[in-house]
Amino acid sequence: MNAIVQQNVTDFAYLISIILFILSLRWLSSPASARRGVRAGEIGMAIAILATLAGSGIIQYKWILIGLVIGGMIGVPLGFVKTTAVPQRTALSHAFGALSAALIGISEYYVNTPHITKFGMVEIALEVIIGSLTVTGSLIAAGKLQEVLPQRPITYKGQNFVSLSVLSAAVLSGVILMFRPGFPHLFPVMVILSLGFGVLLVTPIGGADMPTVISLLNSYAGLADALLGFVLNSRVLIVAGALDGASGLILSVIMCKAMNRSFTNVLFGAFGQVQAGKVGAAEERTVRSATPEDAAEILTAASNVVIVPGYGMAVAQAQHKVRELYDILTHRGINVTFGVHPVAGRMPGHMNVLLAEANIPYDKLLEMDDVNSEMPQADVALIIGANDVTNPAARTDPSSPIYGMPIIDVDKARTVMVIKRSLNPGFAGIDNPLYYLDKTLMLFGDAKHFVGEIVRELGQGQNQH
Amino acid sequence: MPADFIVSLYVFVLAGFIGFQVIGRVSRLLHTPLMSLTNALDAVVVVAAMIIAGRRESSLAVILGTIAVAASFSNAVGGFIITERMLGMFKSGGSKKS
Repeated sequence: MNAIVQQNVTDFAYLISIILFILSLRWLSSPASARRGVRAGEIGMAIAILATLAGSGIIQYKWILIGLVIGGMIGVPLGFVKTTAVPQRTALSHAFGALSAALIGISEYYVNTPHITKFGMVEIALEVIIGSLTVTGSLIAAGKLQEVLPQRPITYKGQNFVSLSVLSAAVLSGVILMFRPGFPHLFPVMVILSLGFGVLLVTPIGGADMPTVISLLNSYAGLADALLGFVLNSRVLIVAGALDGASGLILSVIMCKAMNRSFTNVLFGAFGQVQAGKVGAAEERTVRSATPEDAAEILTAASNVVIVPGYGMAVAQAQHKVRELYDILTHRGINVTFGVHPVAGRMPGHMNVLLAEANIPYDKLLEMDDVNSEMPQADVALIIGANDVTNPAARTDPSSPIYGMPIIDVDKARTVMVIKRSLNPGFAGIDNPLYYLDKTLMLFGDAKHFVGEIVRELGQGQNQH
Repeated sequence: MPADFIVSLYVFVLAGFIGFQVIGRVSRLLHTPLMSLTNALDAVVVVAAMIIAGRRESSLAVILGTIAVAASFSNAVGGFIITERMLGMFKSGGSKKS
């Protein structure tokens, strides 16, 4: 086979991969066809890899095989992490993806220098800068999610100035390299500055903003891949990178909207250090607390129950007890649904996975808008480990830092029950007036234990009948 | 501006549009699997990494290429496995009866 024919065959194989990738995402539109989507993606990937191995001027296979074996050995355990650890796994895979794109860009630079055109240098510099900052940014995000790094936003005076200076210096190095290819030692400087900027970018961002950050890093990782496609003239990389970048961007926008914040606010305005004055006023108000027996009684009398889970439910490992509660109530003819806020959990859609893992049917998982329209008909709203996303101050109090954030309107249900360890304010440190309403019952205790108690009460009630 | 760049730009813009259209329709239920799946698809960069590692243009290229192969292939393997695992957890009310 001559070289041109071989190249055509390879390109044709890549086209098939691209089509399969697009179909793969297309089939993700519903849970019913989603697994077919994964299959399509896998086949597309296999075709791309085999086509490359067969015909791309590869001379030695040894190192490729070593790389593939090591990659497989890392990838398999990363495919089997617990669902609660999926966010940090995802952040780590953004880092790996960006690392691979950055390293290829770096290698292209050293192989081709000093014969790189000005235009080619722009592409390589952009690609390597974005790839490198995504590597360190994602590693910091993964560290925060894994809680090996402090979750609180770490801030100091003049932070944004320092961060942007580092980024500017990196870009400036790239520009100099473009006009003066004779300074190759500036290239590693550019890489190091970009790596540094990634650290500076994510360190000040608090744990509550992780869903947005992780989506944004997803978008950067995709962009780095697409840019690499420009550098190498590889269409399959451009398409895959554009799809990934678009996906990350869409998710970032959804997350920002769900928190009523802008990108700049997430990136440059550290959250979680607001509110000192209001706490004093809050302490004078009284709350009503209740026992598991009371809660069981109220639930038995209900015909419509909405459960609003937050990340606290997953931290307490309460989802399987919640599933028992769901079963026992459903068995008694009570309609139970779940209201899932877009930012519940640590990454987009995380709460749905946690509930699905506990075998709760997905048609019972309602999005915020749908559950809000049903809330006035709900007899009981049961909140487990969620706080800010149920805070009515977001609707009513313009002075609240979360004012304007879309929330689940649990206060419109007839009775509100909140399972919570104590009255301490949540992640963002914001007081929640919901707890002081007349219709609200506070159920103080560990989520898993308390739900277990309710289930036991309900079970006993059942035996007596 | 090189002709290759223009073609690449066309591909990028069109793929971006397709991405927005297709991904905008993904159920919100599945946003976590969506992210792990796009991550896995993005790992097609392994193709470029293999070429760098296999062409023996310089020892630096081989070293960087090999690391890049490992990093991206781990994403492909891990991403597909975890996506499939998570999707397997989603069951509709109809199919479940215990």
